[in-house]
Amino acid sequence: MSQQSSVLYDIPGPRQRRVTLISSLVAVVVVLAGAYLFIYRPLADKGQFSMELWGPLVDPSNENFPLVWDRIGLGLKNTLVAAALAIVSSLVVGTLLAVLRIQLKSLARRRFTGTAAPLAYLLRGLSWVLAVVTRVCVEVFRGLPVVITIFFVARGFPEFGASFDNLWYLVIGLTVYNSVVIAEILRSGMEGLPGGQAEAAAAIGLSPFQTTGLILLPQAFRIMLPALISQLVVVLKDTSLGFIISYEETLNIGKQIIGVLGNPIQVYVVIAVLFIAINYSLSKLAQYVQHRLSQGRKSAGTTTPTPPPAALTAQAEGAGGP
Amino acid sequence: MNVLIDKFDVFAGGFWLTLQICFLAAIGALILGAVVAVLRISPVPPLRAVGTTYVNIFRNLPLTVVLFFAAFGLPALGSNADFLRIPGLESIFSRLGTDLPYFRFGLIALVLYTAAFVCEALRSGVNAVPAGQAEAARSLGLTFGQNLRHVVLPQSWKASVVPLGSVIIAMIKNSALVGFFGVVGDLSQTADQLTSAGGYPFIPVAIGISVGYLIMTVPLGALLDRIEKRQAVAR
Repeated sequence: MSQQSSVLYDIPGPRQRRVTLISSLVAVVVVLAGAYLFIYRPLADKGQFSMELWGPLVDPSNENFPLVWDRIGLGLKNTLVAAALAIVSSLVVGTLLAVLRIQLKSLARRRFTGTAAPLAYLLRGLSWVLAVVTRVCVEVFRGLPVVITIFFVARGFPEFGASFDNLWYLVIGLTVYNSVVIAEILRSGMEGLPGGQAEAAAAIGLSPFQTTGLILLPQAFRIMLPALISQLVVVLKDTSLGFIISYEETLNIGKQIIGVLGNPIQVYVVIAVLFIAINYSLSKLAQYVQHRLSQGRKSAGTTTPTPPPAALTAQAEGAGGP
Repeated sequence: MNVLIDKFDVFAGGFWLTLQICFLAAIGALILGAVVAVLRISPVPPLRAVGTTYVNIFRNLPLTVVLFFAAFGLPALGSNADFLRIPGLESIFSRLGTDLPYFRFGLIALVLYTAAFVCEALRSGVNAVPAGQAEAARSLGLTFGQNLRHVVLPQSWKASVVPLGSVIIAMIKNSALVGFFGVVGDLSQTADQLTSAGGYPFIPVAIGISVGYLIMTVPLGALLDRIEKRQAVAR
């Protein structure tokens, strides 16, 4: 916020401060009145603040309290397990995919001059085809909604005789989408590095594979760490889609509780608070890491590889996930 | 593969309905997001706090939770979102006016959720304008409003286009979720309908549905790539 203020306004003088103070007071009154009229009153009129509805969630002496929180705890655990499995597997697959795409791109540019002419053409054709195939896969899976991916996985796998636990459908569905996004994040990170990095690596005799693994990838990870953490938030949010394949994650448990106690608003408020708390701290972590990284670069006095615009786009896109 | 030809009208209908949702939600989210962005950059601290709270809440909630709130919370409050039955719009987008409120609930949830991201995209654009620009405008004696209108916003718009586009693409993908919240006949619900109730083979249906979504998202993504490349050159 402080940065924001410095762009658009000067440091306020006495008159401006007075104006700000008065309008602040007016704004507070208007906002509070609005909240009272449009949120508190309708809720209170419907009796949504009664202890009968809130009791099982907030009152430890209520008979249902331990049961309800036991269930919510189980749901949270399942959510976190699914999210952890999904993020780890998407990181692994995404890294492999990014490396593969970078390698194929450089292969497609190679002319294979040392080999016989027909073989060289064959190799060039093959690497071109592979590059196109991976590109198409990335575009397709990036363009499909995650819900649809999860739904397809849960419906499609049993068709081919591969039935797993619901957890694995969710994890596979999430991995398919997120690994592609992570691959794009890493790839744009590698392509955004100064060209001198790859050239220097080639000059000291590293193979293309070593160049990617030892020089480019570690730097890309570093630059893209904030974007990767934001993607973690997205994965955590997306695990809530497990309810469509009846995986017992937090929301599904919430639904079961509502089925018994009949207090939808209260249960969803509690679940919302839980999600906000977890995701907000993750976003703060991403900000902190970004801050640390930018400081580290300054003090090291090296070139400042700013994340390329593609990285920011990937972040925005990822953050837009459900 | 017959299902693709036999049930082409079902796929096309689903595509059309999803397009309607996305169109309405995009307009709503752009308007609401702009309002929240104005709140977030306003000089009055309480309004900024309201904007920040809104963004923090909706950015950290899964869309599923927002949809549950809309689909279960609003009826519990006795509202069927009838205020969205706007006479002129109702005749074009017939689903707005039906007695089943789920289309309207889905729309509200999508708008509320996406607005937070729209706000962030707009704000990141404003932040991308060099501080010297606004300072120079102030030293010329432009007021806050003039400063925004003539100096900051025209420049921030350029920086916002690509993130905004990404947000809209994400929203199109998110709209698939409303099919699981009682909106009958959109693309994702069509998938469920045809495979489970209709008993059609899975693969052709999956292909049809995927093509439906890819038609919407891939060209938009390619367009954004082009804009981005152009801007990179211009800079």
